[in-house]
Amino acid sequence: MEAFEYVAPRTLADAYSLLGNGRRVAALAGGTDLIVQLREARRSCDLVLDLKRIPELRVVTIAADGSLQVGAAAPLADVYEIPEVRRRWPALVDAASIIGGTAVQGRASLGGNLCNASPAADSPPALMVMGARLRIGSAAGTRELPVGEFFAGPGQNTLLPGELLLEVIVPPMPAHSAAFYHRFIPRNEMDIAVASAGAWLQVGSDGTIEGARIAIGAVAPTPLMVPAAAQALHGRKAGAEAFALAAQEAASAARPITDMRGSAAQRRHLVGVLARRALERAHQRATEGR
Amino acid sequence: MRRTQVQARLNGADVDFLCEPRQSLLEILRDELGLTGTKEGCSNGNCGACSVMLNGRLVNACCVLAVETDGADILTIEGVADGDQLHPLQQAFLEEAALQCGICTPGFIIAAKALLEREPDATEERIRYWLAGNLCRCTGYDKIVKAVQRAGVQMKGSAS
Repeated sequence: MEAFEYVAPRTLADAYSLLGNGRRVAALAGGTDLIVQLREARRSCDLVLDLKRIPELRVVTIAADGSLQVGAAAPLADVYEIPEVRRRWPALVDAASIIGGTAVQGRASLGGNLCNASPAADSPPALMVMGARLRIGSAAGTRELPVGEFFAGPGQNTLLPGELLLEVIVPPMPAHSAAFYHRFIPRNEMDIAVASAGAWLQVGSDGTIEGARIAIGAVAPTPLMVPAAAQALHGRKAGAEAFALAAQEAASAARPITDMRGSAAQRRHLVGVLARRALERAHQRATEGR
Repeated sequence: MRRTQVQARLNGADVDFLCEPRQSLLEILRDELGLTGTKEGCSNGNCGACSVMLNGRLVNACCVLAVETDGADILTIEGVADGDQLHPLQQAFLEEAALQCGICTPGFIIAAKALLEREPDATEERIRYWLAGNLCRCTGYDKIVKAVQRAGVQMKGSAS
């Protein structure tokens, strides 16, 4: 591995002051992507900036407004082991508990999964359908943006020089609504999505769909929201017919490539099936106990 | 490159070492501290041969920079037995013949110990999912899973 310097600041102010200065800085959280990329010379840097000793980046809290706030460097297991998170944001658990295996989940963070910006990453579609926002900071202040606007292309996020991802904010799920996320892989665990889909549904007491969001992964240069699928669902009765229409829209929105994991045609087919089943499962969750 | 001093707890004892920022915990354990029980397989976080406990979490030592571990509490396979007394998992792996070449074994034992200490009643399915990040190319996993189940029963018995 190429040599680099290492600093673990204790405050955000110290972290910001280390960004820039003409040096190539790599932010380190769990390291399960970064350390491997450095070792395999797919990436190089002058300074590794370890964010894990900055307390606010490690904290996972449920705020007074009912939103879940996840520090960008908190390990996935610290998030999905919280009973309240499992109960209120199960789609986040769907995604976080299939990123790598157990040993990866004890280190890898949501922030890292987002910043690494893999088109096949598991957390983005789940966060996108739940309406999550990201809080980004720099020495100049902070800004927020919807998670879907964070990705620019494979391995490319939209952080500006001098900025750090601070926090993922997942809003409370409205009444009678729920989300679900899943992916297709040729084995049962420890793999990278061939295609993936997340869905969020809000269903009225007569079964009418009052709100919907679909996001798909591994079928375009970035994770994609599919507004056409949401439109196809809105105002219809939740059920096979509506879900099939939305699934068609998801498949049409895909812009897949052919690579070692699957062909473009297979991915397009898969993402339609995954979207339909994600809707069925989100619907099940939203109407449980009715 | 300047070397950094790191102080940590390793298998219950204080340890002090110098490392370059680019050196992994795996590298330091094996090459600097002489603890070769933790194995190098893939060095990219896929195989679990280098599983260790870091501050109570199961991690792959190849995906940890040694310099990160200042002040940390680390457990490796060398710290699992109690003197000459094997850990129930080690005993069960022997009795169930849950190893052939042995390269994956320390990682499996560390990972399985992390599971059984949290969930002594883990089902076969749970064990298989938990251990999905540990690869074995010899056994076909069946004997490993049986050994973990057997150790689970034993650990529960000795706890009560």
